[in-house]
This record gives sequence, C-alpha cells and structure tokens, in this order.
Amino acid sequence: MKKGPASVEFKNVVKRYGAVTAVNDVSFAIAPGELVTFLGPSGCGKTTTLRLIAGLEMASEGRIAIGGKDVTGLSAADRDVSMVFQSYALFPHMSVVENVAYGPSVQGAGKARAREMAMDKLSLVGLEGLENRAPSELSGGQQQRVAVARALVLEPQVLLFDEPLSNLDAKLRRRVREEIRELQLSLGLTVAYVTHDQEEALAVSDRIIVMSNASIAQIGSPRELYDAPSSRFVADFMGDANLIPVEVGAHDGAFAKILIGRREMRVAHRGIPPGSAYVAVRPHQIAIEARSATGGSLEGLISKAAYVGDHMEYRITLAVPKLELFATAPDVVSPLEKGSEVAISFDPAGLVLVSGD
Amino acid sequence: MNRVTRLIALAGVGAYVLLPWYSSGEPALASYPFGASGSALALAVSGAWWLLPLALPLYACLHIAWRGTWNERNADWLSLCGFSGLAYLLVEGFAIGLHGWNAEWLGSVFGAPGPSQPGMGIGALIVATTLLLLGCRGLARKGWCRGDAFIVCAIGVIGVLLAAFVFFPVVKILASAFTDNEGHAAFASFLAKITDRSVWGLGCLGGGIACGVAWNTILLAILTGLASTVLGLAFALIAVRTSFRFKALLRAMTVLPIITPPFVIGLALILMFGRSGAVSAFLFRGFGIPPSRWIYGLSGIFIAQVLAFAPIAFLVLVGVVQGISPTLEEAAQTLRAKRFTIFRTVTWPLMRPGLANAFLLCLIESMADFGNPLVLGGNFEVLSTKIFFAVVGAATDQGRAAVLSLVLLFLTLAGFAAQQLWLGKKSYTTVTGKGDAGLSLPLPNSLRCACYALALPWVLFTFAIYAIIFVGSFVKAVGRDYTPTLASYAIAFRVEHTNFGWFFSGSAWPSLVATVEIALIAAPLTAAIGLLTAYLLARQDFYGRKALDFAAMLSFAIPGTVVGVSYILAFNVPPIEITGGALILVICFVFRNMPVGVRAGMAALSQIDKSLDEASLTLGARSFTTVARIMIPLMRPALVASLIYAFVRAMTAVSAVIFLVSAQYNMATTYIIGRVDAGEYGVAIAYSAALIVFMLAVILLIEALVGERRLGRRTAIANIAAAPA
Repeated sequence: MKKGPASVEFKNVVKRYGAVTAVNDVSFAIAPGELVTFLGPSGCGKTTTLRLIAGLEMASEGRIAIGGKDVTGLSAADRDVSMVFQSYALFPHMSVVENVAYGPSVQGAGKARAREMAMDKLSLVGLEGLENRAPSELSGGQQQRVAVARALVLEPQVLLFDEPLSNLDAKLRRRVREEIRELQLSLGLTVAYVTHDQEEALAVSDRIIVMSNASIAQIGSPRELYDAPSSRFVADFMGDANLIPVEVGAHDGAFAKILIGRREMRVAHRGIPPGSAYVAVRPHQIAIEARSATGGSLEGLISKAAYVGDHMEYRITLAVPKLELFATAPDVVSPLEKGSEVAISFDPAGLVLVSGD
Repeated sequence: MNRVTRLIALAGVGAYVLLPWYSSGEPALASYPFGASGSALALAVSGAWWLLPLALPLYACLHIAWRGTWNERNADWLSLCGFSGLAYLLVEGFAIGLHGWNAEWLGSVFGAPGPSQPGMGIGALIVATTLLLLGCRGLARKGWCRGDAFIVCAIGVIGVLLAAFVFFPVVKILASAFTDNEGHAAFASFLAKITDRSVWGLGCLGGGIACGVAWNTILLAILTGLASTVLGLAFALIAVRTSFRFKALLRAMTVLPIITPPFVIGLALILMFGRSGAVSAFLFRGFGIPPSRWIYGLSGIFIAQVLAFAPIAFLVLVGVVQGISPTLEEAAQTLRAKRFTIFRTVTWPLMRPGLANAFLLCLIESMADFGNPLVLGGNFEVLSTKIFFAVVGAATDQGRAAVLSLVLLFLTLAGFAAQQLWLGKKSYTTVTGKGDAGLSLPLPNSLRCACYALALPWVLFTFAIYAIIFVGSFVKAVGRDYTPTLASYAIAFRVEHTNFGWFFSGSAWPSLVATVEIALIAAPLTAAIGLLTAYLLARQDFYGRKALDFAAMLSFAIPGTVVGVSYILAFNVPPIEITGGALILVICFVFRNMPVGVRAGMAALSQIDKSLDEASLTLGARSFTTVARIMIPLMRPALVASLIYAFVRAMTAVSAVIFLVSAQYNMATTYIIGRVDAGEYGVAIAYSAALIVFMLAVILLIEALVGERRLGRRTAIANIAAAPA
C-alpha cells in the first residue's frame, strides 16, 4: 500500500497545562509535499505544536486533521506521522539497523522484511556498512541520519523534525539541512520542522510559521516574512531589524510620507493608517559615511565597532531621534573608529513600515 | 469491538458460570456445581440470591463486546457496566458476612440474622478483575490516558491493589481502635487506651517505675539515629575522601546487614555479652568480673540497632559526600580558605540536609524494628514488641494492639513526613550532567584521625559479630565449650537415607522450603508491580497520580508490626479471607517491599530520556510494546536491584510475618526466633549462618542470570540528550 504525503490542518487548536496556555487558538494548513517551519523564540509553543501533530500531546480544544481525516483523539501510535527528535532518541540497547527496523517490527512485519526495509532507508541516508554499530559508536551527524532513516522507514504521511540540527556543530548544520531539504524534495514529503534559528528556517522552508507567545505571529514564504513583516515582533525576530518610531503622514496611492528625525521619506504604507508606527531597517541597509555637510541625512556617533571577519558591526547612537542603531558594513579594509561622527542614510526601498502595536 | 475486550468479557462470564465462587479449604467436587465449591450462577439460582444481580453487568459487557461497534457510546456503557458490577460485588461482599449481615442497621431493616457467606474465592477474583479491566478499557476508548488501554488498566489494577492491601488494612486498624472488642463504637475506651500511663507515663524521670513505651521507643530511636548517622558519616568520609586501602571492606559491611535477618545481630550480642557469652565468660575467668544482664535492655537494643542501621546511614551519606561538587571546594581554595575552614564553611553545610535525611531514616528504622527488641528487650519495652504481646500474649487485646499500632504509625509517619516534606526540596546535591574536572579535597588531619578512630574499631566489632555467628554454629556452646561439632547443623539440616529414599528429617527443612518458595513467588511480583508503578508515576499523567505515589510510599512508612496487626484485622474475615495460607505472606511481602522497586524504577527512568518512549510511540508501538521492548531492557539494573531486594527481604523479614505464619507455612525467621525463645542458640545460629550464605549465593546468581546492562551505549546517549539545545 503506497500512500502519498498528506496535508496537516489545525483548526482553533488550544493546548493548556493547568493555568498555562502553551498553544492558543492556532489555525494553519500544511499542503501535501510542503516543508513548513515553525520558528520562534524558546517557549513560544512551536515544539508543543509539533507534538500536537505527532499525537504526543492531546489538544485541549480544536480539531487536528491529517490527510483530511480527523485525528484529534488518536494517540501517537495510531497516527501516520514520524518524528525526528532533538536528542535523536536512538534506542541505546539496539544496533543501528535494529533501531531503524523497530517501526516495521512493532507493526508486525517479519524479522527479515523489517530488516530489509531498514537497510533500504539506511542506504538512502548513506549509512550502509554501519548497520551493526551501536548508536553511541557513531558521530553526531551519523546519529542524526539514523534518526531520519528510522522516521522514514514506515513511509509516514507526515514527517516531523524537532530542532534536528541543534546538537550538531555549526559546519555540519549547513550540510545536514541541505540533505534534509533534498530528501524532502526528492521523496515529496510533507514536513513540519521546528527551529529557533531564522537563517535555518529561511534556508529550508517553503513556508514559515512564526510563533510568539503561544500564537501565530505570521505565516508566509521566507521572502514575505523577511520583506513584509506584519508586526514589530516578526520584523525584529527575522534579521535583527532596527525599529525606529515614526509618524506616518497622509496616504498617497500605495505610499505615505514618514518623518524620521527631521528627515522626510516616502515609503510603501502597506495599509498602515496615518499616526505613529515603526519603520524596520535591516542592519545591512544602513549606509554609513563620514560626516559631511549634505543635508537630509541623520547624524550619529559610532559607540561600538567590532570586526567579525567578513564585515564590520557598528552600534550608532543617534541624537535625533534619540536611539541606537545596529548596522553592518562590508568595508573591513578602512573601518570607522569608535567615536567617529557619521552621517547615515537609508535606501527607501529597504524600509518597511510596521504597525505600532 | 476488539478481540482482547471480547476475551476478557468471556473470561468474566465463564468464571461466573463455572468457577467456584467462594474459597473453601477442600474442593467439594461431589456437589459441584452447587455446595461449597459451587459456581456463582449455580449458587445464585439455589438460594444465594445476592449473587444474581452480578449476571446483569457481566452479560451486558459480553453483549457489548461481541455485538457492539467500538464507539464512544458503547465505551460509556462498557465502563458503566464494569464499574457498577465491581461496586456491587464490593457492597455485597462487605454487607453479608460469615454470620449474617455485617452491620446492625441492615439487620434491623431486613431482619436479622440475614444471609451468610464465606470469603471470596477464585471465581469472585476473576469476575472482579474482568469487571475492572472492562471498565478501564471503556475509559481508554473514551480517550483517557491518550486512549491507551494498557495504561488505564495498569492504573486501575494497581490502584485497586493498593487500596485493598495498603489503605484498607490501615482503615481497619483505625476502625478497630475506636471500637471495643464486641464491635461497638467506643471513643472513651480509645481515649483511655491511647493516654494510658503504660504508653506515655514519665515515671522513670522521678526514679520510679519504667517510662511509657512511646517514650522508650522515641528515646531509643533518637539515640540509634544519632549514633548511626555519626558512624555512617565517618565511614562515608573515609570511603570518599581518603586513600584508605581497604574500601572493599566498607562495601562488604554495607551488604552484610541487608542479608542478615534483623534479630541475628541481637542473637550474636547475646552470644558475646550474655550471661554465658564468650566475652562475659572471658572477663569472668580472666578478671573476675561477674557476668550480668546489662545486654538485655536499652543498651543491648541500641548496640544491635546501630550495628544494623549504620550501614543504611553510610549508603545515604556516601551519595551525599560524592554529590558535593569538588569545584565548590576548589573555589573556596582559590579564595584562600584553609582546609579545615573549607570543611566547616562549605563541605559541612552542603552535607547537612543529607545528614538529617540519614538520621530520619535510621530513626524510622529503629522505631519499626521488631527483631532486636524481641530478642534483647528484657524489661525494656518498645511499641513494636508491646503490640506483638498484645496480640499473641496471655492478655490478648486486639483493640489495645490497634491503639498501640496507631501510636507507632503516627510516630513513623511523622518521621517520614518530616523527611519527605522538609528535606525533599532541600537537597544541595550538586551533581550535574556536565563533566566536573575538579578534585575533591583530602580531609583535614584532625578530622581524618577522628573518622578512623570511630570507624575502625566498629569494623572490627562488626566482623567479630559475624565471626561469632559462624564460629558459634560449629562449636558445642559458645562461652563454655568450644569443641568443634556439626551437631547444630545436623539437627537443623539432617538428610537421611531410608528405605523409602532420601528423607529431609532436619527440623529446619519445612520452614526453609516454605520461605524460599514464598520468596521466589513474591520477588518477581514485587519487582513487576514496583517497576510498573514507577513507570506510571514517572511517565504518565493521570488523575490520582499523587494519591498513587502517596499510597506506594505509605506502605514503606508503615512498620512491619503494624502491617501484621492490620492484616490480621482486615483479612481474617470475609470478603477477603486469606489468613493462614501462603497467599497472605506473598501479598504482605509484595506490598511491603514494592516501594523500593518504585524508587529504583523512578531513579532509572529519570535517567532514560523521555524522547525514547515518544520515539517508540510515534513508530506505532503502544505502551505495552514500549515497556516490553524499550523500558525493560534499559531498566535492567533497577530490575535486578528490586528482584534481589524483594527476595532477600522476603527471606529475612520478621515483624509482619510473625503475625501471619501458620503451621503449614512457618517462615525461617519465625522458626529461628522460636529456637531462641526455647534457648536452643546452637540451632538458631546454625540456621542463621546457613541463611546468610544461601542469600549471598542467590544474590550472585540473580546478578549472573539477569546480567549487566550494556552501559557504554547508554552513557553516550545520555550525554547527547543532556546537551544544551
């Protein structure tokens, strides 16, 4: 029996632990064959959401459907979902192949059949020849692949990843995340993926669900989230944007006038009404020059300067409006010194208005 | 409807229709299916009308299981039928006793004396079990415990067992304390008994008659607790913080008391210091010091208990001393503190909660101890022996035994509550998952000398105690005649070759066989129930989890003597009438020793990352499969520990058992105490020595059979799991 990837649908799902609400009225849909990332700071409810899909937690309210079938009351053992755990959760008393064959064997497959299925998936993740090792005899990256092979062996309709890269070192992370994405695309899997690393999320996802305080802050493609954050939280979380309080003037077509300090600019208003709001500026979209007489730019002082290899990081204190900006500059050959007086300017195309609340 | 549910329902109906409902000594086959061994259905239609209503829930369950679809409405019906049937079974069982109605008001409403029935038997047991399981399966289908039938059934079964064999007997004690011997409520006599001079009297302070037993018990417990803790600390410091060369010796000292029946140390003390003891005789011959009876009384019990319980304090304190992170002391060192200053200001405060813990444990053990006071007590009475003599002595008074049991229970529970509440949250154990590269400081010199001065003589004393047991068992009479002989062993363990084959004619054989048989049955049951309870408590979330935890721990805090009395009160009459057989001994052991299995299991589970269960679950394995294939292999050390503990405790227990033994099932320990009572010390110590050797052999055998876990793999995974996210 060959089953394809399935959709996942949450309708107004709530999960409470006593007085604490871990997931509050969350609704979303994951299309078949799509990789969706749950992104957010720790404690935002993203892992709980993943565990709700798996059936490891039961929803306090709302409905959950997988492949169009209501699974709200079904336990994890009855859902066609597999999970790759943050700790990998490899059974330490079993060899690699026994770990991978565990799923088919508890489902009633014969010993030989289970082993055959396991070997099949082990070769898929490139671990042939290591099948008789104990998990502890493998490197972190290899253990991670065993965990993936074990999750894939039952060919689940939905595959879940709970921060799969957090136990790997930085170099390995990039490679493993590429492998996961490749595998997902080639097998056409539906994947839900939890991470707190925005770069990782941007790199692997079809769509990203940003969570904050137990609810969804924004759903969108990586580009939408980066370029058009719907709130201060998303703008701040996706790429450390500087948030500058501004006054939005009257709308003029798709644009509106804003005032930063004494400087007036014209930006897309994105439906934000006139009044106070914020404008998000990415660190790399701030142009820094030594102070000159050209009017219209903002005046500031470099309060901190750090050389981080391929670029410079600056903290700039502005006098009007009174705030501190975080900026990066590619020029590492002739960096600005701490204490330099500078003039900064923004490319209007790089400014994004977000609402004040 | 699924197959398991059908089979359970079928088993219930089958037991109702076919199996003997009541327990009867001999199976009465002639009159079957009627008469003493009659089935519930046959009896119900032939006069025992109160069994008839049970047919309804049983049939309803069978009908739902066979015909119904497995939907929520039928699940509602199934749990309703299961639990209401079980409730009816209990009500009926408690309402109708051996001599008619059990309660007067029933007699006045329906007419005395009313119907009568004996204790429940195999049929009733199976029907009750199936009704419980069916009810639980119904609840599981409705989504309890994530719809996991195995978990719901396990919770149900363990809950019912604890209620029946831990709570119910305690309630019986309470009830019995508040009624007179005719069964009427008598609050005044309760007050009189509990405030009696013999319990709380302070006569000894004025130099007059003896103090009350409660004060005796408390005084003894505090002295024993303090001395055991000090000794245990000295041993622990030597074991962890010095380069003492014979640390294996210390380890051996911690194993010996576990496999030594509790009164054997008392016995050895008599052989040394009694009127005709080895040391007494030596002193008399050499120095003309006349032998006296000083060993009988507070001093003797105190020495015996310290010998028995100092190793417990040692085991606790070794963990505490090891748990102090050397980094803290190194930090103090870099702040230029001297060695003694560091011990006084850093090490000692960190150990204080552990010391209090060890003290309270020894306090509780001392109050619960029965064997040593029985052997060495003399005129010095403590609660546990007083309770015993209130039950078996010339002036039998069950009400008085119940009241004294309440006092003792209150004292141990107070100690236990103090240990749990006060210390539970106040542990400074500083072991973390992270590698700690620090080196612990050696002890300051003065302290090290003090430790050695305390510990080494005590080690020698302990070995003298065990030596005298083994030497004594091979000589004619310790203290008088040291001619080597095997006479004592011959009396106890003679095997003769007769015309009819080999004949085990030694006097000890029947009790030894019975003891081993019961211990072998009880040990696996204890380990299974203990570890299953640990799994439920550590891994599952359900209503009543706290209550289950409390009940499992409660049976640990109830002194054996109290358990013995309460079991007699609770299980000597229908509906659960099991005294006088092997069953009550097995049950008593299972529920007295289960808390250790629970603790061992919880400790093991806390080291097994929860994601392992979850991984198994998401791969389609249900809880039962997960427990069988993931948990049990990983919990093997806890399994071995509980098996050994349960076996050894069943072999060495005295306090509860002495109330429950029967002619057919006499236990080794009670047999030995009988020999001591009769003055046959030779046989008693020969038997004791044989028991100790036998248990050592069994422990080694169990360890070899169940085997070591493959440790290397686990630690590596634990490190991965502990890595910061």
